[in-house]
Amino acid sequence: MLHLVNKSPFESMSFEDCLKYAVKGSSILFYEDGIYGAMPGTAIDDRMASVVSDYKVYVLKEDMMLRGIDKIMDGITEVDYAGFVGLVEENKTASW
Amino acid sequence: MVVFRTAPYGGIYSFEGLENVLIMGAYDQDVSVLFIDDGVLAIKKGMDNSGTGIKDFSPTFRALEAYDIEKIYIDRASMEVRGVSLEDLVIEPEVIEADAVEKMMEEQKNFFMF
Repeated sequence: MLHLVNKSPFESMSFEDCLKYAVKGSSILFYEDGIYGAMPGTAIDDRMASVVSDYKVYVLKEDMMLRGIDKIMDGITEVDYAGFVGLVEENKTASW
Repeated sequence: MVVFRTAPYGGIYSFEGLENVLIMGAYDQDVSVLFIDDGVLAIKKGMDNSGTGIKDFSPTFRALEAYDIEKIYIDRASMEVRGVSLEDLVIEPEVIEADAVEKMMEEQKNFFMF
């Protein structure tokens, strides 16, 4: 399963809602404002560290570039649009 | 006072807020600007729209000075939560604490939230 998160974790509960139901080991992709969840050095660093150890976490590069975010937390994989499409091909998806 | 409280590209609010500030500035209104919550991300440096083609309006924030808009503030706690420092931003607002934000809520005549 691929969970798609496009809301800022600082303003929306959708990422936390996703984590309540996502089975450990499944994949989570941050895109649009969801990419702010991948920034290092934030108030949710500890939370994200445990998420990264429990799930496969991806972030969409083009949406990071647009927002001026050039650093991501260790353990998160950057994908481009083609990689996004590849993940959607391989998985069932759920948009939060 | 115009308050930016949302991230720049997830919605139209931030862009509309900027347009409003510039219009007020053009008419010589006494306007203050405040960045709080995800609004602090609207003035992040290094935005690159080459992958998406979406209009990058962050350079326009640098025009505020040309419109004589000098009362520009940013909430320290909002920056800290998001790991943002002044060096990361396209403009240099005055960093203020939460109690100063509260005081502004009392003192300012009108609020336009974006």
